[in-house]
Amino acid sequence: MAEVVQQDGLVLNGLTKILGGRVIIDDLHLVVNKGEMVSLLGPSGCGKTTTLRMIAGFLIPDKGDILLDGKDVTTLGPEKRPSAMVFQNYALWPHMTVFNNVAYPLKVRKMQKPEIEKRVHDALGLVNLMHHKDSRPGQISGGEQQRVALARALVQEPDILLLDEPLSNLDAKLRVKVREDIRELQRRLGITTVIVTHDQDEALSISDRIAVMNNGKIEQFSTPQELYDRPETEYVANFIGSLNHVTGGYADGQIVPGSDVVGIRPEDVHFSNEQVSGSFPATVELVVPRGHFCEVYLKRADVELRAFISANVPTAGKQGFARIGKALVYHDGKLIRVA
Amino acid sequence: MARKDKARVKTSNPLVKVLLVIFMICMAIFILGPLVWLGVHAFVTNWTYPNLTPDGWTLHWWTKVLDDSALEAAIRNSLIISPIVVLCSMVICLPAAYAAGRMNYAGRKTFLIGMFAANSFPKIGLFASIATLYYALNLMGTVFGIIIIQLLGTIIYMTWIPAAAFAAVPRNLEEAARDAGASKFRVFRTITLRMAMPGILVAIVMSFLASFDEAQGTYLVGAPAIFTMPTEMYSLVQNYPIQVAAVFSLLLAIPSVLLISLARKHIVGGQLAEGFQIK
Repeated sequence: MAEVVQQDGLVLNGLTKILGGRVIIDDLHLVVNKGEMVSLLGPSGCGKTTTLRMIAGFLIPDKGDILLDGKDVTTLGPEKRPSAMVFQNYALWPHMTVFNNVAYPLKVRKMQKPEIEKRVHDALGLVNLMHHKDSRPGQISGGEQQRVALARALVQEPDILLLDEPLSNLDAKLRVKVREDIRELQRRLGITTVIVTHDQDEALSISDRIAVMNNGKIEQFSTPQELYDRPETEYVANFIGSLNHVTGGYADGQIVPGSDVVGIRPEDVHFSNEQVSGSFPATVELVVPRGHFCEVYLKRADVELRAFISANVPTAGKQGFARIGKALVYHDGKLIRVA
Repeated sequence: MARKDKARVKTSNPLVKVLLVIFMICMAIFILGPLVWLGVHAFVTNWTYPNLTPDGWTLHWWTKVLDDSALEAAIRNSLIISPIVVLCSMVICLPAAYAAGRMNYAGRKTFLIGMFAANSFPKIGLFASIATLYYALNLMGTVFGIIIIQLLGTIIYMTWIPAAAFAAVPRNLEEAARDAGASKFRVFRTITLRMAMPGILVAIVMSFLASFDEAQGTYLVGAPAIFTMPTEMYSLVQNYPIQVAAVFSLLLAIPSVLLISLARKHIVGGQLAEGFQIK
């Protein structure tokens, strides 16, 4: 694997971690380019946090190497790595003011006082928290604590920023705003970032690329668009977005008997009153309003399909014709055809 | 707050209210009664049954006690020995408390329960057997001997309370400090120790009081060469009228009250009182 050593950014090369006799991470390879924002996405227990903790230095891999800008950091302790982490519950020190929380990494580096002051002010300015610099973490809101944690990481000017489910403790509205703020900051500072999340929305909206993890392995590593349009495995297709599952084959816009799995995104199922080529008769079973669209359950003789329809929503009981715009065909869990 | 609400619900029933008031008065008499009795007796010429009021008021007992040269020596001994005992206890017990609180090793529970051993027998029996050892080692009547005896009574406080305090420091606060570049020792000093401090302060106060008030063992080892305030009180109670003991008790309470009120500010006024949610 000599060819990846010169790579800038982060390289994970064959990482393996066994905890309590169980293989948590299994021969994992990942390359994060400099300045890129990458999500590790997966359900809990898939090994994404373990991976992040190995990058940060809290866990030492049993096998494999971690390279940062071409330098081997595999066995370095967390205090010696040029990485900074934002913890899921922020891990702010309750006995220090916001200013001192952010200043701590600089004090540890034995920086001069005026320099510390300047950098902390810059970092707090970046996250709009100057007015809270003398507050304690217990006196500010969850969103503000999250920004303090971010400022504490950014003030270190790390080569790589690690975010462990940074938004999971915020309410839905705030989450969207903060994730946009994080993305904007990350772009502006051009900082290499790895973010761990179980929320596909979050991953899709802020990442340059997403690594979908399952059982300690990466199932697919690609851009959000590609991940959605061409999920390489059935697992990824299921995890990203909604999917209709039909066992069978797919030919000429029709589901035919077979042993493969046909995956159809609900937005690729269309319904109309007139028959067109490739469409088949179907009955509307149920209509569930979902805000800007409706979830419509269509029943054919043998299968039920969900469709997302935003205009001309039919009513339940209506007879008409359904048409499948696009289908993903999987054999043994692997994508074999997009039709 | 919850307790207040509960009390309010109860008072809606007049009978419960009356019983509650009676109970409160009984508790107050039970807790404060002896203190009031002491406080009054320190200033009266004489007050005996069946008189409802004291015969007269005087500062005579105070001058008597304060002029006693033996008392001065006892106060000095107490104020020197107790801080030394607390310091020794900290040096010996805090590392053990940290280990018990943060590390998982075989026999951890046995160790913690074992700390109770010294407190689970009648102390006087333990002291008597220690005394035979002391004679052999020539520790009888020495300050060093008293320090060891008093140390025994502080161990339980200095291990259990700080062990719980160390165990309560969230790991990820330490990890965050390591991630920020701090060495393990610096993390311990600036994060772990700092956050366990309220618990350690409580342990210090309890240990100081345990040492300061220890009389049995100290008397056995120290008398007649070395007297501390509590052992000096033994002889005062035997040799003087009750009023002198009252005065002395009040004097004995001063360091305790001072220490508790000082520590209270740090314990209650610290970050724990801010209601910060730490997971």
